[in-house]
Amino acid sequence: MKRLAAALVIMAIAAAVIFWVLTMPQRLDATVTANADAGDAARGERMFNAGGCASCHAAKGAKGDDRLKLGGGLALETPFGTFHAPNISPDRQTGIGAWSGADFMNAMLRGVSPEGEHFYPAFPYTSYARMQPEDIADLWAYMKTLPVVEQANLDHQLPLPFRMRRGLGLWKMLFLSDQPVVAIASGDDQLVLGRYLVEGPGHCGECHTPRNLIGGPDTSRWLSGGPAPEGNGKIPNLTAGAGGIGSWSVKDIAYYLESGFTPEFDAVGGTMVEVQENMARLPASDRDAIAAYVKALPALDSQ
Amino acid sequence: MRKFLYAIAAVGLLVSGVAHADAISDRKALMKEKVGASMGVLAKMAKGEMDYDTAAAVAAFQTMNDVTKTFGDLFPAGSETGGDTTASPKIWEDMDGFKAKLAKFGEDTAAAVAAAPADKDAFMPVFGQVAGNCKACHEMYRVQKN
Repeated sequence: MKRLAAALVIMAIAAAVIFWVLTMPQRLDATVTANADAGDAARGERMFNAGGCASCHAAKGAKGDDRLKLGGGLALETPFGTFHAPNISPDRQTGIGAWSGADFMNAMLRGVSPEGEHFYPAFPYTSYARMQPEDIADLWAYMKTLPVVEQANLDHQLPLPFRMRRGLGLWKMLFLSDQPVVAIASGDDQLVLGRYLVEGPGHCGECHTPRNLIGGPDTSRWLSGGPAPEGNGKIPNLTAGAGGIGSWSVKDIAYYLESGFTPEFDAVGGTMVEVQENMARLPASDRDAIAAYVKALPALDSQ
Repeated sequence: MRKFLYAIAAVGLLVSGVAHADAISDRKALMKEKVGASMGVLAKMAKGEMDYDTAAAVAAFQTMNDVTKTFGDLFPAGSETGGDTTASPKIWEDMDGFKAKLAKFGEDTAAAVAAAPADKDAFMPVFGQVAGNCKACHEMYRVQKN
């Protein structure tokens, strides 16, 4: 009996140690972050628009220059609780002005904070992990030029099990990857660019791909839509399967991203309005690439 | 007597249900066949797929403006559901805000008719001003269902 108890205690300790090691936040190698502070702000603006940073981190409904005040904004209501988008303005106290470029890169590519904690994946680093380090350096340079906003962060409202960030280490083992989702024959530069913009900075899959029970993206149903994570309604299927947008041409998709009008001249609505307005700020060649990639998606019927 | 009252109530429900179904199909028809079709003409001219024509543009702006005069009456209480509708519940939670968006659409289309842009260069900013109303309203008051 004593022996059994001792064995159980040892096993419990071993399990705890294994959990601790497995869930340890993994920072990037210093060689990856070497140029994190040497980005180009002008190029970074493109990544800022592609990434839709303002949609969550600026005040709700902000238009014009107010989009650049990233004091935090959106309350994202999810099945796991309510997440409040934090202040990412260059304020040193309440924002991220005291971060280094390497800190920012670890946040974007690894979902790890400067304090070495896991961020919740409401911050879509599962997509940003596919970005090139140079693009993140450029984005960082641009973000440092934005207005300082002094505004304290709100705490996320989460039920107890989800308040322990350490467990996210396991979640990341399942869902965090820098590899592309859709296979594309090498040599097609436009499709590769479109895939990069959609799967990486654009983080389209965060809404347009359904999630499984533990909130991970179901990549077998990539970009095929599903129920809206918040409120009522549905997220559209972007593929050519039944219920999708197979009748749209590449030009139609690019025009929708530029103008907000569908081929039937219905207009974009809901949270997609912000996304579309960000896409409209990109070079036309980027919208064409996104459209080409969307048109090339494997067809999946809506469920 | 009780049966009679039930019957009256049933007929009442049926009539109001039908009336709301009418409101839903009427407002959808106006939005699609009038506003959407007009937008199609305007956007094709804006994109250069169709030659710019002042009369066609003014007619399209006028059609839209006509819709704004009656569209707001097609959202009676009770027509939130009961048919195939993508109207957001926010319309009924914030009817004043919804009507304000509609009034803005009315003003912009009236100004576009009055401007009667002579050529495409004059047309483009007027078109942009009118077209911005679509998503300005849909952002708040329309939900995606397909």
